[in-house]
Amino acid sequence: MPDIRIRHRQGHFVLDAEFSLTSPWTVLFGPSGAGKSTALRAIAGLIVPDAGHVTLAGRTLLDTATGIALAPGRRSIGFVTQQPSLFPHLTVRENVEFGIHNLAHEERRQRAMEMLRLFGAEALAERRTHGLSGGERQRVALARALAPAPHLLLLDEPLAALDDASAQDILARLLSLETRVLYVSHDLPEIWRVPAEVVLMEGGRVTATGPLQQILAAHRDRLLQQLS
Amino acid sequence: MDVEALWLTLRLAAVTTAALLACGIPLAYWIVSTRSRLRPVVEAVTTLPILLPPTVLGFYLLVLLGPRTAFGRAAVHLLGHPLAFSFAGLVVGSVIYSLPFAVQPLTAGFHAVDAGLIEQARLLGAGRWRILRSVLLPLSARSVVAAAALCFTHTVGEFGVVLMIGGDIPGATRTLSIAIYDQVQDFAYAQANRTALLLLCFSLAALVLLYARRRHEGPAHA
Repeated sequence: MPDIRIRHRQGHFVLDAEFSLTSPWTVLFGPSGAGKSTALRAIAGLIVPDAGHVTLAGRTLLDTATGIALAPGRRSIGFVTQQPSLFPHLTVRENVEFGIHNLAHEERRQRAMEMLRLFGAEALAERRTHGLSGGERQRVALARALAPAPHLLLLDEPLAALDDASAQDILARLLSLETRVLYVSHDLPEIWRVPAEVVLMEGGRVTATGPLQQILAAHRDRLLQQLS
Repeated sequence: MDVEALWLTLRLAAVTTAALLACGIPLAYWIVSTRSRLRPVVEAVTTLPILLPPTVLGFYLLVLLGPRTAFGRAAVHLLGHPLAFSFAGLVVGSVIYSLPFAVQPLTAGFHAVDAGLIEQARLLGAGRWRILRSVLLPLSARSVVAAAALCFTHTVGEFGVVLMIGGDIPGATRTLSIAIYDQVQDFAYAQANRTALLLLCFSLAALVLLYARRRHEGPAHA
């Protein structure tokens, strides 16, 4: 059985996708409107699909057949999107501390600083979030998502709005982590940099899985047409 | 100036405002977060006091607080006296009458908070209570202040409901607005004018402070 099977109707659009997370990095790749973001939201628990099954590290997070649907906070999943939603009334450090539970105050602080250091953002710790640049905001969002040590990190085009230098630096830091990552992108040059299993999605369905070169070889003309 | 009525009015407004925030905040949170089919009914019921004539609301509250209802009898059992024609009865009536002035700004404030922040809070393990305490309330502080100011000012100016369920008992239920009514009945126009002017200035000052605070926080649309 695949790790993830989701069937969800939104108006005329039907998402009917199933795939497994077979390598540390999996890229959900496909044109806009393919259902990639909806799939991520269903995995995170932000929407409950009409039918589906999600397992992660041996735990069932969702099983509509038996009525299991864990709350987002109980899934051990971090989620970062293109527009990071940082809490504007908190400092950067307080943002990162927000999801750290069951630790004493000082340990929570240390964990938050450790996460900020991981993304080269420790100097921002006591700043409010409203003056941060796009790249800084994304570093803080990633540190916050990883602070609770999730089993899976969902990334929905997190580098799309950044300049190339910031994007490369953040991607290099992400690739050094041991956390399993499911990465959504429709940017071909971006996913060339990621050593990942690729899940190709088109029109709400998974149409191919495998290494990027293999997928491109089989579907190149159609993909280039769709992505342009 | 009827100092006793002034003190009673301020006490009533303060207690009512505190009670309205205590019940209005969870109620507004429920309204913005529920998928229940009862939501429109609850919203309609909480808004109803704006449209109802105060005497209609006062009449039904008088019946509800009286000894013929289970609620009225329970109040006698608990307090040792009927709620009607007492300060506690005035608080109950004022809370119901001013409920929309608490719930509506709070609901608008909670709605204005970016849904992405609520989603992130949920992903980071925050439950409903923590989302309310750590995200919604700090980001809706302006709406909470507005709700408190409106509730306080509205309660200070109440007349119909207060008269119906409290009567006109000096020191117990006679508020400033009822004192004005009494002064006019006694042709004490100068005295009535002073009391009315005080209420007018108070309400105006409260609103000016509220709008000045909003201006100080900057324009919503540049």
